[in-house]
Amino acid sequence: MNIKFELNGKQVQFSVDGSMRALDLLRENCGITGPKEGCGSGECGACAVWIDGVTKLSCLMLAAQLHGRKVTTIEGLATDDVPHPLQQSFAEKGAVQCGYCTPGMIMTAAELLENEKMPDREMIRKAISGNICRCTGYHKIVDAVEDAAEIMQEMKS
Amino acid sequence: MVLKRPIYILTASKAGSITSSMNTLLSIQEIGRRSPRFDALDKALGKEHFASDLYPKEMLWAGALRAGIPHGRINSVNTARAEALKGVHCVLTRKDVPGSNRQGFVYWDMPVLCGTKVRHAGDAIALVVAENRQILARALKLIEVDITPLPIIDSMDAALEQKASRVHDLETGNVLKSATITKGDPAEAMSHCDIILEETFFSPVQEHAYIETENGVARFDKDGILHLTVSTQAPFRDRFEIARALGLDHNKIHIINPYLGGAFGGKDGATVQCLLALAAMHVRGRSIKMWWDRKESMLAGYKRHGARMHYKLGAQKDGTLVALQCELDYDTGAYAHLGVEIMALGLEHAGGPYRIANMESKGRCIYTNNPIGGAFRGFGVAQVCFAFEGMMDRLAAKIGMDPLALRRKNALVRGDRNCAGVTMTHSTGMDECLSRLSDHPLWKTRKKWIAAAPPFKRRSVGISAVFNGMGYGRGLADYAIAKVKLTPSGFIRVYNGVSDMGQGNASTFVQIAGEILCQRRETMELIQPDTDRTHPSGSATAGRTTYTYGKALIKACEALRDKLFNRAALMLLVDDGSGFAMIPGGVRHLPSGRDVSLVDLAGMMMPDDRISMAEYLMPTTPEMPMGGETFKLGFPHLIYPFAAHLARVEVDELTGEINVHDYLAFTDGGRVLNPQVFEQQVQGATAQGLGYALFEEVKTREALLETKDFSTYILPTSLDLPDIESHAVETIEHSGPFGMKGIGEVGMNAPLPAVASAMAHAGLPMDHAPFTQERVLAALDGTKRIDHEYKI
Repeated sequence: MNIKFELNGKQVQFSVDGSMRALDLLRENCGITGPKEGCGSGECGACAVWIDGVTKLSCLMLAAQLHGRKVTTIEGLATDDVPHPLQQSFAEKGAVQCGYCTPGMIMTAAELLENEKMPDREMIRKAISGNICRCTGYHKIVDAVEDAAEIMQEMKS
Repeated sequence: MVLKRPIYILTASKAGSITSSMNTLLSIQEIGRRSPRFDALDKALGKEHFASDLYPKEMLWAGALRAGIPHGRINSVNTARAEALKGVHCVLTRKDVPGSNRQGFVYWDMPVLCGTKVRHAGDAIALVVAENRQILARALKLIEVDITPLPIIDSMDAALEQKASRVHDLETGNVLKSATITKGDPAEAMSHCDIILEETFFSPVQEHAYIETENGVARFDKDGILHLTVSTQAPFRDRFEIARALGLDHNKIHIINPYLGGAFGGKDGATVQCLLALAAMHVRGRSIKMWWDRKESMLAGYKRHGARMHYKLGAQKDGTLVALQCELDYDTGAYAHLGVEIMALGLEHAGGPYRIANMESKGRCIYTNNPIGGAFRGFGVAQVCFAFEGMMDRLAAKIGMDPLALRRKNALVRGDRNCAGVTMTHSTGMDECLSRLSDHPLWKTRKKWIAAAPPFKRRSVGISAVFNGMGYGRGLADYAIAKVKLTPSGFIRVYNGVSDMGQGNASTFVQIAGEILCQRRETMELIQPDTDRTHPSGSATAGRTTYTYGKALIKACEALRDKLFNRAALMLLVDDGSGFAMIPGGVRHLPSGRDVSLVDLAGMMMPDDRISMAEYLMPTTPEMPMGGETFKLGFPHLIYPFAAHLARVEVDELTGEINVHDYLAFTDGGRVLNPQVFEQQVQGATAQGLGYALFEEVKTREALLETKDFSTYILPTSLDLPDIESHAVETIEHSGPFGMKGIGEVGMNAPLPAVASAMAHAGLPMDHAPFTQERVLAALDGTKRIDHEYKI
């Protein structure tokens, strides 16, 4: 079947098999390897992307479900080559170790910061609880999200 | 993407608050600075390419057929129907493997493809190469295998029965190796003790659960070179493993080793390498990808050994430790991997970081049909820490002594012999870790916090003291060969030879080079391990990577610096290279005030003159404990990092749930090179250790995996862990780079005993980890739970 969607601000179209997963379309056909596969069953969150601005797990979606949608991945989060404050803060605050969970983690956190201007640590922990990180123990990830929230507020004011 | 340079983010003009990041980026890469990792921003941008991100043109997929039953004789493997499927390139079985078909790097007991026998459910029996994953999956289902089942050895007890079916054809039955380490005369000393305590502890099998599962891409070129890009911790050793197993020349194997998406020991050894190489040998000229999905990773991947540890501790009423006798059994599953060396470290660390004059530690490493036990952060030591610290808490309760005071009274200091008999001649910060912990408010205010427990909650504070030998130990040269280069554009390029699986060693190497050569981050480059470009520097294991490669790199950078001074002297027509100093982008002749840029220097130097190399070999102890000669390698160690942890724990008396409320870690890793990376290691290890304490447990029934995925194997999420406060106790490890020693592992060893300590002081002594709600409820009921599911 033929599908059309917006991928990181650009219109794309593909002919896809009905059983193809969204994650595989992105990684294998679109050259978008930011979203990772960690479990393939919706447990780890490494494949998280935004569909119309809402975090979804691309390993649980069919490629066909992207039709007509606006898809944003970690590659599309930065604007005009300027990293999203979360990307900057993750790097600065030591929230990245192996980095494999990072794209999904940042997409989830970025959605939180769209909705909550200054979330406290508990809110951040709740928001990212569907994203598993095996390296960091989450402490510095929470630090980074707090830091990015502050930066985003300062940028606005 | 192997060549790495940071990306500059010129966002300062857009947001003043990001100026700090500019400062960091433009600063000299100094030792001791809390600087962001070199790799962090690319990873946060999603730009880093891991091995699993490679999809070469016209790529094929390879996959293995797994046995599915834990023990049996293979009668036949019929591949005809699979081979007939359109889009299948080949279906390979044992007969297609040209070499020894053996993997395992010490014992070589693991077939690439099983031909006669299967020893665990994850054994590979056939290998398929297909056009795409759909065809691959269908082909795997079409292979017909006839296996006659053999008696299943699903526990160590079953393995040790007199007439037990043998997993391997060993004269010693299913005991792969047994050993006894002796110091003093423990039996005699025990007879003079005021107090003798005995207990048996059980520690669970733990899954590494790196988020990037095992994978790689291979291509056998027409010129006879086999190229592999693999998520591995030991690219250089892999060449020898592949060559041996498949009858190839290791000089014709080229391995590229990008950043790994986690490993923790689980990618130290054979995963996809030989299977991929075999596939590539049979379908030449095409790139072939193999990527285990999570279920295959959990089925066929390595795990932390489950252990049974019987302890008998003798002490005096004043808390002086006198004698320890212990028996340690490690279930290595179907294959040895590093099971014997893991057991060796258990024996070496069995008595904890304490002065104890007499010890006898006996160990057995036992084959079963269970999933394969292998290397995992805390390598055999994470297990015994639960046991010896459990004994310390029981002793403290018995003699009515403060558990921290008891630990300080016996803590190793320089000049002591440790429990295995090795003299502590290097940095020994155990007591300082405990001392600093004793001054911390989380310890000092514990009674008030405990008293404020809400209804139906029981609060307690536990501590633990641990250590972990660094490096390979005796019998295996722990070496590294560093290379650093001045590029034609005046940049400094570091050729990292040791895998970066996420621990950040590569970033620290840039920092080391920046420190010595006084260069800024934006003029530095980094090459990740590649057997054609970097030099063999051992595996990314044993808390050794930054120590050993770092030492070699310091020498290489100093050699390059001196060379640059001498070449600058030629250019400036001065007597010699003295009087020069490195400055960002160049060198300065201090007496005359003249500068020469690195670009100009590079221009006058021949390409091979712009390279400096150096090597380093980690020292080993000349002392060999009695019984230690049994081990070919990995025993004993000379240098140890130490740690003391504290856990504030709240137990729900109604549900048995444990909430770790606060957590504190003091770590002696010598001089800290980058506080951020140091904290990352401590916090990450603590998180894995808390998972090990609270709920992580690989379960099997009749040697078949019951925890097959992340919905049944429970990992800590952000809601399960507290903030983890980390402090460095900066001793100076004089042998180490700038005074550091490796702390990758030690943090893993402390959380389980710290939580257990809290439980013991809450009147809930636990001998069986993890402390699931069922086990805690049984402890609350005062009944010792008979664990039907868990056979040892």
